Amino acid sequence: MTIEVKFFASLREQLGRGETRLTAAGPMSVAEVWSQATDNAEMPANVLMALNMEYVTADTTVNDGDEVAFFPPVTGG
Amino acid sequence: MHSEIREQPFEPYAELLKYQQAMHAAGRYGATAVFVGSMREFNEDETVTAMELEHYPGMTEKYLHNLGEQAAARWDLINSLILHRVGRVKPDDAIVLVAVWSTHRKDAFEASRYLMEELKSRAPFWKKEQTSEGQRWVENNTAGY
Repeated sequence: MTIEVKFFASLREQLGRGETRLTAAGPMSVAEVWSQATDNAEMPANVLMALNMEYVTADTTVNDGDEVAFFPPVTGG
Repeated sequence: MHSEIREQPFEPYAELLKYQQAMHAAGRYGATAVFVGSMREFNEDETVTAMELEHYPGMTEKYLHNLGEQAAARWDLINSLILHRVGRVKPDDAIVLVAVWSTHRKDAFEASRYLMEELKSRAPFWKKEQTSEGQRWVENNTAGY
């Protein structure tokens, strides 16, 4: 299965890329997506996560074709 | 209920008037609450000359749309409008416009504060400031409504 992964703002700059595509044998958690997409980088404590453009937690299951995003606390408005 | 991301500068008061006239609700609303957020030329004791506003295309629009629907479900609203800038922003540019129309003021005040506080707390936007010292990401997040 294939998963699209996106990083935004300071996290994108730190990791040196805005998006990547993962292939996996079966469903995995958002936390596992992070590990695989970042070569096991430590996840920042305040990172926010979205699955298919909805906020989720790290234990949420990710399936084939899903889009997972990681980003720092938001600062709009 | 309408929300929109803008890549170019906008004049909030002209947008407000245009939207209000297009609503065709004259005579039905007794209260309009408006919030305009503009870019300051200073932050944390430093001069800020410009800002890059980044968003998550798709999720940001979805989040703002849902926020408008949630406010309409919670308060007695006639209409609402959210406009938010992205891209390169200069001091005095409008960053955000939130407007709420309702029969009475309580709903308009509460719903506009809700929209603004939730937007600041959860809508996926990020600011990167340009100062005389270089560029820096803004990090202060607020708690929400």
